[in-house]
Order: sequence, then structure tokens, then C-alpha cells
Amino acid sequence: MSTEAPAAAETRETLAVEGVTVRLGGRTVLDDVSFSIRAGEFTGLIGSNGAGKTTLFRVILGLQTPLSGSVRVGGGRRSRGDLGYVPQKFLLDPDMPLRGRDLIALGLDGERLGIPLRSRERRARVQGMIDAVDAKAFADERVGRLSGGEQQRILIAHALISRPQLLLLDEPLANLDLRSAQEVVRLLSRIASDQRVAVLISAHEMNPLLPVMDRIVYLAAGRAASGTAEEVVRSEVLSDLYGHHVDVLRVHGRVLVVAGAGHDEHAEVEHADIQSAPVEIV
Amino acid sequence: MFSGFMVNAWIVATIVAVVGGAIGFFVVLRGSAFVAHAIPNGSFAGAAAASLIGINTIIGLGVFSVASALGIGLLSRRGRYDVATALTLVFMLGLGALFLSFSVEYAPEIYSLLFGEVLGISTNQLAPTITLAALCLAALALLYRPLLLSSILPDSAHARGIAPHTVELGFLLLVALATTMTVPVVGTALIFSLMIGPPAAARAFTTRPTTAIALSIAIALLITWAAIALSYQTNWPVGFYVGVISAMSYAAGRTWTYARRHRTARPPVRSTPPALAGITHND
Amino acid sequence: MPALLAAIIEPGFFSSSSVRLALVVGALVAIVAGCVGVFTVIRGQSFAGEALGDIGATGGSSAYLAGIAPLWGFVGISVAAAGIMELIGIQRARGRDLATGIVLGAGFGLAALFLYLGTTSQSTTGATVTILFGSIFALDTATLPLVAVFGAVALATVLLLYRPLLLVSASPELAAARGLPVRVIGSLYLLAMALAVALSAVTIGAILSTALLVGPAATALHLTRRPGRAIVCAAALGIGAMWLGIVLAYDSYAWPPRHHGWPVSFFVVTLVLLAYLASRVVPTRRRGH
Repeated sequence: MSTEAPAAAETRETLAVEGVTVRLGGRTVLDDVSFSIRAGEFTGLIGSNGAGKTTLFRVILGLQTPLSGSVRVGGGRRSRGDLGYVPQKFLLDPDMPLRGRDLIALGLDGERLGIPLRSRERRARVQGMIDAVDAKAFADERVGRLSGGEQQRILIAHALISRPQLLLLDEPLANLDLRSAQEVVRLLSRIASDQRVAVLISAHEMNPLLPVMDRIVYLAAGRAASGTAEEVVRSEVLSDLYGHHVDVLRVHGRVLVVAGAGHDEHAEVEHADIQSAPVEIV
Repeated sequence: MFSGFMVNAWIVATIVAVVGGAIGFFVVLRGSAFVAHAIPNGSFAGAAAASLIGINTIIGLGVFSVASALGIGLLSRRGRYDVATALTLVFMLGLGALFLSFSVEYAPEIYSLLFGEVLGISTNQLAPTITLAALCLAALALLYRPLLLSSILPDSAHARGIAPHTVELGFLLLVALATTMTVPVVGTALIFSLMIGPPAAARAFTTRPTTAIALSIAIALLITWAAIALSYQTNWPVGFYVGVISAMSYAAGRTWTYARRHRTARPPVRSTPPALAGITHND
Repeated sequence: MPALLAAIIEPGFFSSSSVRLALVVGALVAIVAGCVGVFTVIRGQSFAGEALGDIGATGGSSAYLAGIAPLWGFVGISVAAAGIMELIGIQRARGRDLATGIVLGAGFGLAALFLYLGTTSQSTTGATVTILFGSIFALDTATLPLVAVFGAVALATVLLLYRPLLLVSASPELAAARGLPVRVIGSLYLLAMALAVALSAVTIGAILSTALLVGPAATALHLTRRPGRAIVCAAALGIGAMWLGIVLAYDSYAWPPRHHGWPVSFFVVTLVLLAYLASRVVPTRRRGH
């Protein structure tokens, strides 16, 4: 886990991104992005498609070297088990001989050489994880035959079982219906507080996350603003980010970000899921 | 059938099946059927070259299968993977054609190279074959977890420090190594059938990876033994039997999968039960 | 120019009737293979092409057993194999490759059997080499009209289906939404591929036939993004590789070590690969082709 002793005590930063700039294919994808996350915090990385969310994740994971800036995990140098990652796209062959349980077990030691030894402790940890994500009903089925939502839960367990400090999820809500999205958000929020894992989840739609987000990192045009939702999701802040005027409207407890008049080609419209009956949020 | 010179054939056949079945699990997992076909066929040129210069065939097989693996690995870095495989393969085969045209002994030689030969195993081939096989299996055991994880979730594996390109190259070289020792009895043209038929069948019958590997090896053993026995009796080439029986094992697996999916009642849809809203869980 | 030609080409080249036939048949095959091959590369079906070629060996050897011209065997078996592959027809890319490999294993296994039966029954061993590696200098003049007809069928299929094929290859869902019969188009294309591969097998052999199908097409697609241009480019590259290969093979009759020539198929395949590598080295324009 973490190595050097940090200056602060309990509220030390799990993740500190400082001044990260990335240029890809002649375009500045990330421009001097800075924010930090503390242990157990639930953070939403919000931005439209192409705003740089996946790139930022890749930088954090060490898969992409930034032009400038740094990323620190756990106040010191990264070690393998510090980050859990649930990718956006994964294709699991339906015929593959692998149960959800096996995939979760790979999360424990998938990078170690040699054949895993069966041990009671290993099995208990895997079972514990299966219970934690409510996957008991399908953990022993072929993982490739599960529904998208079920596979996602297996992958969350797979990422969590190594007890990382930080859990990254790349657009986990993208293809889910509203109900499933709320389910996953509740699950993640519970995990964040119960297991003291910082959760960073990227999304292009912030509304499902509003009830549980401790802080938001809003990404637009490669630039980021971070803070609580009240601090960040405001017209002045977002207009500054986008470089043109945007309005922030609140409808039935939902947030709607609309481009100002005369700047429609960069319209940032997040469609509020307005429903006839208000949905209960726990 | 079990006397004298046939003993060698049985021993090598067993080794071939074990290695082929084990590696085949990953070949099918990674969807690398074309590669499994291309590398052994590419090694054919090496065998032709070796007999031309007069050195041990295994050396030629080894050098050219590694060359094929590297060729595919390098070409596919920035080009289409299937095109890289195809062009590497045909170039190696073209070289094989060239070397063959240089040598005086033509047809019988290539025939047994391509399609296998029950009687061709000399005793001094046994030791290197067993050694290489042990190496291959040890490598597989060592790389089992990272290879499994990277094959299933390349992005997550990458985040854990397992680079996909490295894994791919390593896997190609492993297939090359397996090829080198398994070609003699079955032939370059059809050894790949052992690497895709048995594992494809095995995966239909079990959901656990370790069981699938064991089953794949078992099926490969049955196929190879049957092929040797039948080839001995009928004089027809070993490769023919391997290709055809492997296809039958694949068909059996698919039939089983099909039958099972349509026989069992569909389980109730497990998506979010509405009652969950508002209930807090205790872990 | 004549002096340059004389320097490259050994005497007697143009006066040899087998060479002239090889040039004509080779050019026709290269055009068909290049044209069909562009879609093979776009659709990522190189393995299927390779499988069809290898299985063609079964056809060639059974034709040889039956005493008829190999071309009929190549065509017949390739088309049959294409049909079987379509029947097994698995949609996911990985399942498709696996099924292709299995069919290839069974088909090529049969080739092994037929070649064996051929050699034992007729005690000539040259058949293996001819079928597998080609013998473009030993073609029968009767082959030419057959090549022309089959080639025309394959070309016509691809050219008639040009636009639907592009759409289906780009996105089957989009194509289906527009009412295109995706499965039928795929099958027809597989048929055209079977024919192209069979023709290619006649010239450079069953197991090398993919070179003409995939190589020039892949090279062309590196040089241009537009399929129409790629088709023309692929055909040109194919003809170039084929003719240069024929020239070199003819010249090599005097070369060591055995002074009976190096195989045409070797030259053609090597030239195809060199062209591909050259296209990789040349930086390709990323946008705006």
C-alpha cells in the first residue's frame, strides 16, 4: 500500500493530480488539470464525450505520460495494489470457461507468476467480495453469459478485492437504464464509505451521481474545475471553463447545463431525466 | 502397433497432445486460431532448410517458428493483425517452396513434414522433445495468471502492469516453442487442429479454467492416440485423422452447448428487484 | 527501354508460349484477386481467405485423383467450403475464426488424404508440389477461358455489390436498418472470395493463394483510404508482382543451385510482401484522402 509518511494525518490525499497537460494528435486534450481526492470520498468526473475523461484516467493509471504535471497516489509512490480499475469497454466471450468467481479471484493476484494455490483464506475473500457486491446469485455462472450490469458488478468486485485506495470506474453508467444506474451508484457509495475506498467515477451525465457525490471534477475543453457540486456547478464557473456563456438550471432537483444564446455549436446540453413521479433517492 | 519403433511415436504423440491441449486453451481464449495455424506452417520452411543444409530438423523448425512469431508480432504492431499473420505465413511458405526446389529429395520429404509421419521419430529426438515440452509447460504454468488476466481483460491487466504487447509477443513465442516440438508426428499443416479443436470442445463442458485445460489435454490425448492407431492401421496420414477428429470434437462441444441452452429453462431475470430501493444492506 | 528490358529479361521470354500464357492468366488472376481482396482486408477475413485456399488443395488433389484439371477442383471445393462456412455462420469475430480454423483443419486433413491416395494410386509425386505451390508455366491453354469466366463472375459479384458491400462491411447494423440482406451479401462475397482464391491457387498454389488476395489489397489500402482507388491500385500491384515474378522465375533458370529455376510462387509472394513493407515505411497521410 502507501509508502512514505504524509504530512497530514487522516485527511491525507489519496489522489493528487497536479497541472496535468496532455496533447494527443495535435490537440490539447487536458490543459493544466489539478484536483485531489481524499480517502473514502466519492468523486464524479463529469464531462461530455471527448472531454478527456478517459485520457485523464489513463494518466492516473500510468498508461499515458502527460506532457507536464504529476499524479500521486496515496501521498507517495504508487504500488500495484493501490488502484482498482473498471474499464468502460470489456468484451467477455460467452463461451469462455470462467465463472464470475474466478474472475474476481484473478483480481487478488492476477499479475503474479505461477499457478494460484487453493487456500481457504483466498476463497473466503472472494466470497466476501461476492457478497459485498450482491453477486451471489450469478457468481458461479459463465461470466460471459451474464447481463451487462451483472458483469459490471463482477468487475467491480475484481477491482476491489485487492483493497485498493482508489477505485476508478470509466463511464460505468453509460449503458445502464435509470434503475440499474441508481443501483450501481448506491452500491459504489456504500463501498466508498464502508471500505474507505476513494471512488472516482467518470460520467457524461451528472444527475444520477448528485445524491452521493462528495465532490465533482468538471471537465470541459480540456480544463477542469473541482470542488463540491454547489461550488462547481454554477454558471460563472462553468462559463469560465467552457469559454462561453452557459446557464445552469435546476429542475425538480435535477441539474441542466445549457449553452447560452448564440453559441450553439458547442452546446453542452445534459438531458435531465424528467419523470412524472419524482424518483426516490436513498 | 506398440513394438519397437512405434514406441517413440506413442511417446512423442503423448507429449504433442499434452502441450497442444494446454497451449490450445489460450489459443482459443485469445481467439488466435489464425496464429496457431500460421506459425506451424511457417516453420515448415525451416524444416526444408534444415534438411537442405543437413542439420537437425528441430533446429530448422525452431528458428523458423520463432521467426514467424516475431514476424507476426512486429508486423501487427501498426498494421491489421490478420493481414500481418497472412503475409508472414505466405512468405514463410514461399521460402519453403524455394528451399524445397533446391533439394533433391522432394515429395516424400514435404509430405511427411506437412502431414505427419508415424514412423519418422528417431530415438535421439526424444530427449530434446521432452526437454522442450517441459520448458513449454513450465512457462505456461508460470505465466498462467497474467496470461489469463490479460487475455480476458486487457485494459485492467494493463493497469496492473501487464502490458498487452508484451503478453502478445510472449504468447506468440510460446506457440512457436510448442510448435517446434509437436510438429514431427502430426505435421505442420494440421498441428493447429489439436490447438483449437480440443480446447473449443472442453470449454463447452466446464465453466472453470483449470478444468477446461485438463479436459482440453485429455481430449487432445484421445485424438492423437486415435490418429496414431488409425494411421498405423490404414497407412493414411496422421494429419488427416487429427484434422477430422478434432473437427468432430468441436462439433460435439457445440452440440452440447446448443442442447443445454435450449433444454434448461431460462432463469428468472435477475436485474434490479424494485424492492431494493430504500433498503440498506448489511454486509 | 528495349535495352533495359533485354537486360532484365532473358532471351526467349516472349517467344515462349507457356510464358505468354502465364503472363495473361497471371494478370487476369491478379486483377480479380486484387479487386476481391480489398474487401477481404476491409472485412478482416484474411483467415477465411487462407482457409479457402488451403481447402482448395483438397479440391486440387481430388481433381487430380479423378483425372480432371485442377482448376475445377479448386473452384468446386472452395465454393463448397464457403457454403459450409456460411452454414456454420457464427457472427462474433472470435467464434468465426474458430469455426474457420476447424473447417480448415477438416478440409486440409482431407487434402492430406487425397494427396496420399493420389501418390499411391498413380505413383507420381509431383502432384503435391503442383497443387500446393503452383505451376504457372505448366498451364493448359484450356485454362485461359475458364479463368476468364470464373474471374468475370467473381469481379461482377463484387462490382455489382460494391455499395451494399461497403455499407455491410462498415456496419452490419446500419445496413440491416436500411433493409439490406446482410447475411446474403456476406455469403455472396464469400463466394466471390472462394473463386478469387481458387484462381490464385492455379497460379501460385493453394497454400500461397492468400498472398495475391490480401497482399496487394493491404498495400493499396495503406496508400489510399478510398476503396475505389484501392481496388485499382491493388490490381496494378498484383499484376506488377505477378509479371515481375514470372520474369524473375524465367531468368532464374540459369541460377544455382540446381539450374532448373526458382519457383514463381516464391518470387510473387516475396514481391507482395516487399510492397507491403514498403507501404508501411512510407508515412501515410492521416487525413483528407
